[in-house]
Amino acid sequence: MARLGFGRGQLKDPRLPPGQYDTGSSFPVLTAEVSPRLTAQDWSFRVDGLVDTARTWDWEAAHRLQADTWNGDIHCVTSWSKLGTSFGGVSLDTFLAEAGVKPEATHVVAWSHSGYTTNLPLAEVTGGRAWVVWEHEGKPLPHEHGGPARLLVPNLYFWKSAKWIGGIRLLDHDEPGFWEQRGYHELGDPWLEQRYTGD
Amino acid sequence: MTDGLPPLPSLPGLDLPPLPTLGPVSRQVPPSGARRRWLPAEVTAIRDETATARTFRLRIRGEAPDRHVPGQHYDVRLTAPDGSTAQRSYSIASAPDRADEVELTVELIPDGEVSPFLHEEIGVGDRVELRGPFGGWFVWRGDTPALLLGGGSGVVPLMAMRRFWHDSGERVPLRLLVSVRRPEDLYYRGEYGSETTVIHTRQAPPGDPRPAGRLSADDLRPLLTGGQIAYVCGSAGFSEHASQLLVSLGMPAADVRIERFGPG
Ligand SMILES: Cc1cc2nc3c(=O)[nH]c(=O)nc-3n(C[C@H](O)[C@H](O)[C@H](O)COP(=O)(O)OP(=O)(O)OC[C@H]3O[C@@H](n4cnc5c(N)ncnc54)[C@H](O)[C@@H]3O)c2cc1C
Repeated sequence: MARLGFGRGQLKDPRLPPGQYDTGSSFPVLTAEVSPRLTAQDWSFRVDGLVDTARTWDWEAAHRLQADTWNGDIHCVTSWSKLGTSFGGVSLDTFLAEAGVKPEATHVVAWSHSGYTTNLPLAEVTGGRAWVVWEHEGKPLPHEHGGPARLLVPNLYFWKSAKWIGGIRLLDHDEPGFWEQRGYHELGDPWLEQRYTGD
Repeated sequence: MTDGLPPLPSLPGLDLPPLPTLGPVSRQVPPSGARRRWLPAEVTAIRDETATARTFRLRIRGEAPDRHVPGQHYDVRLTAPDGSTAQRSYSIASAPDRADEVELTVELIPDGEVSPFLHEEIGVGDRVELRGPFGGWFVWRGDTPALLLGGGSGVVPLMAMRRFWHDSGERVPLRLLVSVRRPEDLYYRGEYGSETTVIHTRQAPPGDPRPAGRLSADDLRPLLTGGQIAYVCGSAGFSEHASQLLVSLGMPAADVRIERFGPG
């Protein structure tokens, strides 16, 4: 066997973590569950658990918060990355500031209106590292990508960026979520190739 | 294996509403525990399924991996002479009859990086590396009635389930629906029994009473027997369409599992 270098003879883009390839202009859809038929009117975002005041924002209240856009690269554990893409929404820091984070909080569980959950260390979603987004490339976030709104945590594999986001619960311990209970890594750092449990 | 309820994120002393959940889980830590390693595997047989799909039988060398559960996948890693590597995931097509031999069916993506290499360069006796088996959601242990819906290469993990079901005595009801464009696109031809319905979306075979066309509620209604877990695998369009049809026919969304090939 064996001709060929993989990577099509191109210089590998330094923005690509190990084991990833550039999917170009496409944006693959990966979903484990039936997509909920969720409209902007039905959508809400709740922050509770170890906060000073549990709070819920509906679509309009969330849109009254300081808007933010993010530009960068996203990485899926199934090996595709999408480089130089943009999302618009509100920083998670803004929501957390309004709820008031208690000092004992160390982790969050993000959950979707569909019932999906994923766990994250608090430090991975604060300090300008996570957003609730409703725009992609300047247009409303398509339903199949989690519209009306999803979480965006671009430093981690994209299963952490829960589609159809419904809220986050702040905890003083780590609680594995949907995929983390099913063989995938607890953290999911693409640069460390943390794909599966034990990686 | 017993499926327990997932631990809900809770805090003693705080009165919080329950979070929504997708239902029972079993924590899928590999039985062998530790980090999965890359294992060398030798190609022992190659079979054409269609003009663009090929099945590779692989014998895993060295330490035996865990026996897979139907629906799981392996990661395949290829290394070029210059040391560069590429890895992709492939669902296991074979029944879990042995731990050290598996079959993967790979569809040729003409402008792809890995699938053309597997199709055009790999022969019997060659080696690749495998890591797995992985996957703890799109799995069927043979203990619940199952409704399997596959489009295109999405039939691969469903075939592992169908083969397992058959080999273990067809103890629970199982229905399989395979959606293909044209008759010549059907994988695993000759292996289906009365549990399987094949529908054609572009071109039906001569004499088929069902005209070619997209999967419809009428195709699915006769397959719903109640109490089934549905497994849907295929393109994004197929999976979305098929799963919405199931829900519109009254199947609880929590009983529908979709494989669009792993988490995002
Ligand atoms: C859990 C899981 C199970 C799977 N099971 C199966 C299975 O049973 N059978 C099966 O056939 N497949 C399966 N897949 C899909 C498989 O992993 C591969 O995605 C598929 O074989 C295509 O890989 P490839 O390297 O040939 O193509 P890729 O190189 O990944 O290309 C795919 C597309 O992306 C574009 N592209 C990729 N890289 C570049 C680049 N550098 N520049 C420009 N365009 C690019 C190409 O245009 C191409 O059309 C599975 C995937 C997962 C995650």
